[in-house]
Amino acid sequence: MTSEAGRLNPDGGGRSLLGIRWLLAGVGAVLVSAVIGVATGPVAIPLGQVIRELLDRLPLLEVDSSLSAADRAIVWDLRAPRVVLGLLVGALLAGSGAAYQGVFRNPLADPYLLGIAAGAGLGATIAIVAELRDVLGVDPVPLVAFAGALMAVTAAGTLSVRRGRVGSPTTLILAGVAVANFFTAIQTFVQQQNSETLQQVFAWILGRLSTAGWAEVRLLLPYAAVCVVGLVLAVGPLDVLAVGDEEASTLGLRPRAARRAILAVASLGAAAAVAVSGLIGFVGLVVPHAVRLVAGASHRRVIPLSLLFGGAFLALADVVARTVQAPAELPIGVITAFVGAPFFLVILRRQMAS
Amino acid sequence: MSNPATAIGVSWSGVSVDLGGRTVVDCVDLEVAAGSWTTVVGPNGAGKTTLLRVLAGTVAHSGTVRVGPARTSEPSGRSRARLLAVVPQHPVIPPGMQVFDYALLGRSPHQGLRFSASATDRRATAAVLNRLDLTPFSDRAVDSLSGGERQRVVVARALVQETPVLVLDEPTSFLDLGHQLEVLELVAELRSERDLTVVGSLHDLSVVGQFADRIAVLDAGRLVADGRPAEILTPELIARHWGVDARTEVDDEGAVTVTVHRRRPG
Repeated sequence: MTSEAGRLNPDGGGRSLLGIRWLLAGVGAVLVSAVIGVATGPVAIPLGQVIRELLDRLPLLEVDSSLSAADRAIVWDLRAPRVVLGLLVGALLAGSGAAYQGVFRNPLADPYLLGIAAGAGLGATIAIVAELRDVLGVDPVPLVAFAGALMAVTAAGTLSVRRGRVGSPTTLILAGVAVANFFTAIQTFVQQQNSETLQQVFAWILGRLSTAGWAEVRLLLPYAAVCVVGLVLAVGPLDVLAVGDEEASTLGLRPRAARRAILAVASLGAAAAVAVSGLIGFVGLVVPHAVRLVAGASHRRVIPLSLLFGGAFLALADVVARTVQAPAELPIGVITAFVGAPFFLVILRRQMAS
Repeated sequence: MSNPATAIGVSWSGVSVDLGGRTVVDCVDLEVAAGSWTTVVGPNGAGKTTLLRVLAGTVAHSGTVRVGPARTSEPSGRSRARLLAVVPQHPVIPPGMQVFDYALLGRSPHQGLRFSASATDRRATAAVLNRLDLTPFSDRAVDSLSGGERQRVVVARALVQETPVLVLDEPTSFLDLGHQLEVLELVAELRSERDLTVVGSLHDLSVVGQFADRIAVLDAGRLVADGRPAEILTPELIARHWGVDARTEVDDEGAVTVTVHRRRPG
């Protein structure tokens, strides 16, 4: 480590190079996972042709991929939207996870705190049970799930404020746990009343990245944009919050206002991701931690790298979910939990040791 | 490295702080001249830290605090953070955060919302790390350093803030004698290099008389004495407020060395 610092330029330029190297690695991971995702599926399409077809869509490039019209439809209407959705959902879950961990100064915080999952679960269950019709060509389940997630997180946020005073991060987490339990109770009740839809509800709760063309991506995109831009702009304040509220305020930050603003953009992104994909656990926990281990704890690196590697991780997890039991599909939440839960326990035990 | 603006003074007028129904600071009037090094001393629980927190704007108080020229109102948020940098008694070290990133936090009051630190931010940070011989540690995690190194990193963060006033709350409380002197000597050098106003607190009487040019004594929240070290650090005053038997020695430059004797029964 020290030898690396020896290369530090007087302006700290050596460090930004180190950061750029990781950023490039993240972009590379996204590209590789996207190509693998698009190339994998029940219909065999040679990798070279897929790459040429993808390059062909880039502006100023014209590459003949010699794909048949049917294969082209498979690539662009079936596989590409699913891969893009995986990249977006993974990025949002990991990015908001990194933000929650920063804001609460708790390495075990993740997007499912504050009742986001429970709220989305209740919303989805209601939409499935009520057999809501498509709204303007959009599946109503994610819309109602999104509303439920936002309702839960708003309830947790509101309940932790009393007479204009914002409670401590712990208060907010406890309020989130209470709200989550309450929403889960209602969700279970609704679910038991309508046992004929049980399978559908469970399939949603386990999480999946099924798509019908680009509709889900279009639905998610505006929220993803707000969340990603917000998180990327918040890297400075997130680092300052890491030294605690009192020191943060001596560094010119208003910690409570900053915390609320960051929670708002992170929750918006997480709620939108959960709404379209169901409950995919552990991405928000595993990815930021792995990033911190290799690139250091500064959010200037943790946030952008979590977004990139989170997307790549989920896109690859989806490839596994699609292939491991082909032609059947494993819920993607099973894959992320299978990898994530042991990892979580390792972090937990390291926490206990320190 | 850009030098901070010309030195400014700070003052407390009629400042009181109640914490949980207890008066911790009781109507303190104290004026710190621009460019001076003023140290607040006093027995445990005298209110030293709270008095400094009032200056840093992190505790509710009555009375007025002034930072900079008279007639300006008490600054808040970012403008205060551009005038006054704090080295806290118990700094929170974020787990795994690297030295460079930690020192870079000092640029926060000079930055807007932006994704990457500007070249100016990085240059200012690298220059301070270089000045404090911390460059070899840039990529090390702050929490992996020894106590003395860590304290230098916290001082570096405060210097990166490029403020005319440096507030040091017990900057040496966890350091051994050698490292205590090292940190205080560093502050003394930086103060003359950068024309800083230093306001601090120290509980160790043996070193305080050699580093401050002004000493304020706080006991039970009240300001009981204030003046040059040679006037303040007398055996009588030390016996009155600390209840110990001490001998003091003043050198040609007005620095005071305090020696404390063990109390023996009988």
